[in-house]
Amino acid sequence: MFRDLLECTPRGLYCPAGDFYVDPWAHVDHAILTHAHADHARSGSKRYLSAKSSESLLRVRLGQSIDLQTVAYGESLRIKDARVSLHPAGHILGSSQVRIEVAGRVALITGDYKLQSDLTCDAWEPVRCDLMVSESTFGLPVFRWPETRLVVQEMIGWWEENQRQGRTSLLLAYSVGKAQRVLAEIFRVCGVEVASKVAVHGAMLGPNRAYVSAGVALPELPSAASLGGQHDWSQSLVIGPPSSQSTPWMDRFSDPSIAMASGWMAIRGTRRRRNVERGFVLSDHVDWPDLLTAIGQCRPERVWVTHGFSEVVSRYLTESGIAAEVLQTRFAGEESEPTVVEKSEEAS
Amino acid sequence: MREFAQLYQRLDETTKTNDKVLAMRDYFSQASGSDAAYALYFLLGNKLKPSLPTRIIRRAARLGAEVPEWLFEETYQWVGDLAETAAAMVKGRSHGGQESLPDTLPDTLPDTLPDTLPETLSETIAERLLPLLRSASGTQRSTRKSSLSSDRRLEIDEALASTLVELWSRYDLLERFVFNKLLTGNLRVGVSAKLVTKALSQWCGVPSEELSHRMMGEWEPSETFFKQLVAPEYSGSSPAKPYPFCLAHPLPQGYSEENSVVDFLAEWKWDGIRAQLVRRAGRTYLWSRGEELLEGRFPEIELAAEGLPDGLVLDGEVLGYRDGVPLAFTLLQRRIQRRKPGVKLLGEVPVVFIAFDVLEHEGKDLRQEAYEQRRRLLESLDWGVACVGQALRISEVFSFSDWGSLFQKRDTAREHGSEGLMLKHRQGRYDVGRVTGTWWKSKVTPYTVDAVLVYAQRGHGRRAGMFSDYTFALWEEDRLVPFAKAYSGLSDQEIVRVDRWIKENTQKKFGPVHEVLAHLVMELAFENLQESSRHKSGIAVRFPRIVRWREDKQARDADRLEDIRRMLKGKGESG
Repeated sequence: MFRDLLECTPRGLYCPAGDFYVDPWAHVDHAILTHAHADHARSGSKRYLSAKSSESLLRVRLGQSIDLQTVAYGESLRIKDARVSLHPAGHILGSSQVRIEVAGRVALITGDYKLQSDLTCDAWEPVRCDLMVSESTFGLPVFRWPETRLVVQEMIGWWEENQRQGRTSLLLAYSVGKAQRVLAEIFRVCGVEVASKVAVHGAMLGPNRAYVSAGVALPELPSAASLGGQHDWSQSLVIGPPSSQSTPWMDRFSDPSIAMASGWMAIRGTRRRRNVERGFVLSDHVDWPDLLTAIGQCRPERVWVTHGFSEVVSRYLTESGIAAEVLQTRFAGEESEPTVVEKSEEAS
Repeated sequence: MREFAQLYQRLDETTKTNDKVLAMRDYFSQASGSDAAYALYFLLGNKLKPSLPTRIIRRAARLGAEVPEWLFEETYQWVGDLAETAAAMVKGRSHGGQESLPDTLPDTLPDTLPDTLPETLSETIAERLLPLLRSASGTQRSTRKSSLSSDRRLEIDEALASTLVELWSRYDLLERFVFNKLLTGNLRVGVSAKLVTKALSQWCGVPSEELSHRMMGEWEPSETFFKQLVAPEYSGSSPAKPYPFCLAHPLPQGYSEENSVVDFLAEWKWDGIRAQLVRRAGRTYLWSRGEELLEGRFPEIELAAEGLPDGLVLDGEVLGYRDGVPLAFTLLQRRIQRRKPGVKLLGEVPVVFIAFDVLEHEGKDLRQEAYEQRRRLLESLDWGVACVGQALRISEVFSFSDWGSLFQKRDTAREHGSEGLMLKHRQGRYDVGRVTGTWWKSKVTPYTVDAVLVYAQRGHGRRAGMFSDYTFALWEEDRLVPFAKAYSGLSDQEIVRVDRWIKENTQKKFGPVHEVLAHLVMELAFENLQESSRHKSGIAVRFPRIVRWREDKQARDADRLEDIRRMLKGKGESG
């Protein structure tokens, strides 16, 4: 039915009419990338296409020398027999939904996306389509995100309480996207003056610079390792990647209170397994109501449901009168947290 | 309600004992007497009675979230906690602040809400929870009596469910969750009675041991009770009150190398129900270790106890006992379940109370006396006509001159229908609340087998959502016959690995149960076994648990059913 438009091949999602792949997991000639996370942007392909605002991050992740063409959101390109445009996905800086039109039929590959506001990237836009490829990372009705504003308030309260007790506030958040979103929110509320009390893990220095060069306002922050042995950590907020938990990198802090910012923190079981003191429910993916809202606004005739609770979502959509099926992809696997490969630029 | 919910969160967020004690102390110091009474009641693991049938909670969650039944069940399976699933699913306020999806709030709320909130824990219970529980149990009763039509029953369920949805809309996510925990009667927030008592003691200044005694037995979570409880001088008392139980701990490795065996008296460790028999004010009260009054359940013991003098408290074990031989715990279980046992059951599973200690004599508290003294008194007691029918007995004690002969004795425990030996220090007081007491238990090495994992199901609580409930099988010819379920014994890391393996190797699903490839072998230990017609394997095992994951073994190397049958034959008369 969508034969020329889109098919799922062993190398990834493929558009036959345009002879290109979207977020392929093998080396291909032409790859369109939705965003810079490691399970979507893999190195080794000959030529890449992405949104303009994704360029700085992609070069940090995949290397300066990649052959990368960029387009502005909404700008339309002809690639062989397909018409292609990119639209904001609201997931992280430069994240796109890929709109592909072939002979009047439209496919939309959403990549990862969210509808909540995010100071560090353009807001998600609904795109009318016939076929929608949607993630389902948080596709269960227990996932209903609280307002970002309230979560950030809670986070700041936690930091203040730790300062009173002389404990380091160590917040675990993904190095690309989540970390910068959290920082931007905190500086908006507390002002950039507090930047002198904030440090990051070395793995975030590159992504932070990429955000700044793409025009996101973030103060220059030091890496924790650069602050030396005599530094007083008792008032600090430090952002580290989840993989830094229980590594020697953490030994420098004074009795740290460890928290994590992730959608998984909404569930007590996953929070406890992470072994953190506090969990802040902050996600860059759609929750259950937003997933349904997004599909409702894009009005696809068929949905291919990928990574996450794909069976549940596809059955629910089918029962609600929207044709849906599960699509097996190699994007971050079911029931696990998206694996972001953390490049440790910092020795412990 | 808000404060109690926050206490729950503080307790849930930390694994540090001191933080937990501090959190509870903070709560007690700001709570009113009636709130503190309820908080204490729940923290100690008590439930409101009757609890709400879970089908009402499921129905309400589906109603409040507008999801079909299968989706609710699927989500519940993944989350692993009914209270949490329901709280998170329904539309409503997520955090202390405002509703994030204003259009989804029911129209009825806005005007009434500001007046009714915030409400205290006791208000929530008195005005919201109890009325709901009462109307639910009322309909339960009338359903049974008048055999309501199933349509009518459904209608009633629906009405209860919508009441619950309305209640949920008053609270934010955390409050909803804790509210549901109270509804389902399962707070489980990782604090022991000892820790709760410690926090309370730190706040009110009454020593922990005194508090635990004051809290023994059944009490109402009322302001009056709480005030009495924390008062410097205790004014309330009941003739029924038992003493806090002295508990035994496993004999530590190497203990025998540094300690003299002659300081101890030993006796058989029985697999029955630990109990205190209280004779006061001309009446008999039999208490279980769970502080439940076993009134009426063991009439032969109560009858025999009438011959005992007043002002006497005995510590001992209720045991199934026939023809001079202890009966298996599974038989005794039939008695536990029956509030008023019939003649037939009384004949099939007669019980005895085996007294091993005396805690009060002629109204005098003897707990500070040396065990040896108490024991001497126990043996010299005037039993009156009590021994008639032999429902009361005194345990036999052994003394040893060397550890070797003690262990030799212990290893014959199974022949006597016992699990091992209890060791009690001759000079020991009747202590509570100490980790290394003066009582040790030394169990016979358990039975072990290598078994194959055949089914898995997602766990609850800490392991919610992970495949951590396993069914194991043994070979019979070329078939694998399931014989035991085990939940505990693997490390968290191992559970994560097994969980992943199960997801990749599921062959079939039967609802929540996944049948997996017969591949993983684990060593299981269990305490006892007996023949059973209810089990496919013909054998029932008690307390099965995983000793280790035998990654060195293939499924075909696992043990056979006949191996375990041989163990059954070898274990003597006691069954």
